[in-house]
Amino acid sequence: MSDAVPNEVLNLENIACPNNFVRTKLKLEEMETGQTLEVILDDGEPIRNVPRAVKEEGHEILKAEKIDNKWKILIKKI
Amino acid sequence: MTEYNIKELKSGGLMKQKEKDIFSLRLRIVGGFVKSEQLIKLSEIADRFGKGYIHLTTRQGIEIPNVNIKDFEKVKKELNEAELQMGACGQRVRTVTACQGKECSHGLIDCLMLAREIDHKYFGIGGHPHKFKIGITGCPNACIKPHENDLGILGRLKKRFVREKCNYCGLCAEICPVGAIEVDKDDEKIVFNAEKCIGCGDCVYSCPTDAWQKRQEGYTIFVGGKMGKFPKLGIKAFDFIETKEKVFEVIEKTLEFYKKFGNKGERFRETLDRVGVEKYKETVS
Repeated sequence: MSDAVPNEVLNLENIACPNNFVRTKLKLEEMETGQTLEVILDDGEPIRNVPRAVKEEGHEILKAEKIDNKWKILIKKI
Repeated sequence: MTEYNIKELKSGGLMKQKEKDIFSLRLRIVGGFVKSEQLIKLSEIADRFGKGYIHLTTRQGIEIPNVNIKDFEKVKKELNEAELQMGACGQRVRTVTACQGKECSHGLIDCLMLAREIDHKYFGIGGHPHKFKIGITGCPNACIKPHENDLGILGRLKKRFVREKCNYCGLCAEICPVGAIEVDKDDEKIVFNAEKCIGCGDCVYSCPTDAWQKRQEGYTIFVGGKMGKFPKLGIKAFDFIETKEKVFEVIEKTLEFYKKFGNKGERFRETLDRVGVEKYKETVS
């Protein structure tokens, strides 16, 4: 499931809070229910804030993976 | 206005300004919560009886400066119409401060409800050696600065780990502010250090698979915090109180302790330093 190619990808490296979440939210709003979005986040504040905010909005996080000092998060739009 | 005793006036939230007969009116505000229609009324009062502005205090209060004492009864009537009352000054239980609690994404307890209940029970009560301030904050971020209060309450959370749900992604270990979680991806192992955990709930709210779950919310109590000329941070007296009833019991017994052991004019911290925190804890628990 989570190894499938995501429907959309958003690279949010060097994008500070809360803009990274706002951009994630706007992207998810454009998408269809059930589609997946991969976001790339910096460690530190972004990884601390974005997944939790995405969960609060009611979406599902299918996968979280650390690659060097970045995080790849796979979100399923609910 | 010699028929008014200044000390008596002060108890009801009237603070004398430098100018003759001019007072600043302190209101009873709980947890910084004011309805929008009350703000409209306040604006009208400040225009009619003050100088067209209000003052926001450091403890979430509202004061209307520059009111002439001869207008006091009229202002009080207007305030009552908006369900607003005068605040407390002097040696009394003061405004209870509170953060937005569960309205905030980090809040773990219902601070406003608790603040209202405490205010309802203790607001303005006197008979202690000095003023007594209570502040409630919803999580270990401590935005309301519970450590600066005579009694500070901080919301915390205890959690459980559901092994079957965990996919060992390591997000919790990454975001834990105190490094209380270690995740071994290869061996699929989680090590949780309960001693280090501060109960902020970050892991619970961020876990992609809900492997970390909330077990219980609770309250940490700090005592003896104060600002002013000789600031001191509060001392953690109770690490995790599980029920609101028990919190009320602690407040009740703390005020009794302060009344019984406090010397005249002494802030609660001074009483604690003199009598001993251990004795306080024994008496209260």
